[in-house]
Amino acid sequence: MDILAGLMQGFQVATTPTALGMCMLGVVLGTVIGVLPGLGPPATIAMLLPLTMKLEPTGAMIMLAGIYYGAKYGGSTTSILLNVPGESSSVVTCIDGYQMARKGRAGPALGMAAIASFIAGTFGVVALMLIAPMLARVSLAFSSPEYFALMVMGLAMVVLLAGNSLVKALLAMLVGLWVSGIGTDLFTATSRFTFGTVQLLGGVDFVVVAIGLFALGEVLGNMEPADPPKMLPVPKGLRNLLPTWQDMKRCRFAFVNGSVIGFLIGVLPGAGATIASFISYGIEKAVSRHPEEFGHGAIEGVAAPEGSNNAETGGALVPLLTLGIPGSSTTAILLAALILWGFKPGPLFIQDSPQLFWGLVASMYIGNVVLLILNLPLVAVFAQLLRVPAHILNPLILGVSVVGVYASGSSMFQLGLLALFGLVGYLMRKLDYPCAPMVLGLVLGDPMERALRQSLMMSQGSLAILLRPIPLTLLVVAAALLAVPLFRKSNALRVQMLDREEA
Amino acid sequence: MRPLARGGDFWSGLALAALGAYIVAQARGWDYTTPDGPGPGFFPMWYGSLMVALALALVVRSALARTEHAKVRWHEVGRAVACWGAFAGAIALMNVVGFTVGFALLTWFLVAVMARRPQREAIVVAVAGAALFYGVFAWLLELSLPKGFLF
Repeated sequence: MDILAGLMQGFQVATTPTALGMCMLGVVLGTVIGVLPGLGPPATIAMLLPLTMKLEPTGAMIMLAGIYYGAKYGGSTTSILLNVPGESSSVVTCIDGYQMARKGRAGPALGMAAIASFIAGTFGVVALMLIAPMLARVSLAFSSPEYFALMVMGLAMVVLLAGNSLVKALLAMLVGLWVSGIGTDLFTATSRFTFGTVQLLGGVDFVVVAIGLFALGEVLGNMEPADPPKMLPVPKGLRNLLPTWQDMKRCRFAFVNGSVIGFLIGVLPGAGATIASFISYGIEKAVSRHPEEFGHGAIEGVAAPEGSNNAETGGALVPLLTLGIPGSSTTAILLAALILWGFKPGPLFIQDSPQLFWGLVASMYIGNVVLLILNLPLVAVFAQLLRVPAHILNPLILGVSVVGVYASGSSMFQLGLLALFGLVGYLMRKLDYPCAPMVLGLVLGDPMERALRQSLMMSQGSLAILLRPIPLTLLVVAAALLAVPLFRKSNALRVQMLDREEA
Repeated sequence: MRPLARGGDFWSGLALAALGAYIVAQARGWDYTTPDGPGPGFFPMWYGSLMVALALALVVRSALARTEHAKVRWHEVGRAVACWGAFAGAIALMNVVGFTVGFALLTWFLVAVMARRPQREAIVVAVAGAALFYGVFAWLLELSLPKGFLF
């Protein structure tokens, strides 16, 4: 009953002209950046975040979330037509989607991607709506030791799945912890790592780091020459985009598989949409009556991964909103956005900010319908974006980055930091250090230190407080996750999965 | 973008070990514990030490690896560094000439020099881009753009 009442309230919020406009803007922007290879949701959301500070938070959050899930719809278009994933979560769609397009079935592939995304995306929102309030109630019993252990486990998961080298992922995470520690210690007012500058006393703005690492780092990476891939033609007319009844029948299990796997993987910190799409593809192939068709244009090979990467959004929002623990770069930026607007994501979030939570949930139902419409009849229009040359796009990204950072602090010092973190982002890509653990270390560093220090204050310095059942279990899980690479077989599986993701 | 392999691991490991050592050295100057509990040096001491250990492990592993180092494509790196230099230079220039002129110059550089497009196209893109940004952000959204002491 609470859920129904909440949902009704949410639709009242989400159907106001402003909220509808923000939802439309978000999903259109999301589709655009999903279509464009080389510009992802973390960079876009980070760039736009400072510009949303003047907006009403519910509308702004609806827009940013629209970018997040809209990009996943758009990502499949590039995978199918160019064999280049628009988003990392659409990598696996290239395998069968591009083969279908080569065989003249680009229309049904694009149509199936949109339909599977819609079904699984909607399932993800339903599951978010049902599970988030329950998890919030359970997590009310959590205090500092539980939160500390939960954050350690989240970071361990991200580190495990972030790159080929566990050592490099851990180092990236430690650098994130260090950057989060720059500024004034709130417990003792001690200045830490400020290099004698007044500007660093308040710490390093998360927005500056995120825009530098993702947007600027991406542009610098794009400067390296690459041969432009050739795009296959988009079929004209809605009829040519719709899959046949036979196609829909073949994909029945793929819809269920993608929805359930995507949501469950989304709830786990660190795993993310890319892993979800690989796992659902693997399951689909394993249970298929025609496994030999996979890799040669099997339509289930498009439906399962596209479904799972969209269901993952709902899953990823569960720990973000109910525990305040993000599981990926994008959700880390969304967490920063909520904190900047003055919200406290955690067990009391739904109770304290029902308008935002339920408004967001309702807007996601609306957004998924809008995306289905955008990605079926209008897919040819979005595909034209692939013709925008990089030399037009790159200056625009740099310009929005500068305006975004300046809008957040009106300081030239911040712009200097932006340039610095842009270089760091490029070097990390070049040296094969994953950015996600650094961003999560940066976001979780401060609350993690606070939780640890509060725990030790509660126990008068005794680490035994971390041996309570929940923290102990979580810490053991974290240790087990980090021990995976020590076991040759399990590490081989991990690296194989990550290698395929990069291929 | 092709990642650099072993050579990059060695030098980045050394740099991170130095950063870790700096963190530990700084943390030693702050209280590790206070009467109320852990002090400001507690957390940095732990992650700084871990950073030193992991970075040195990376250095040793890289030094002992028998595989050949991937050849650095300096042309590719040079293009990225040139772009970064132009960006950093444009930000420094914005202190003098403000956002609109600084951004127009950066855009001209990216289009004419980096993308090797004709001068006319580069100038049109630079002027149109700067005007678009001024129109959308300063005029329409009323956001403050970086100001220089000239403009």
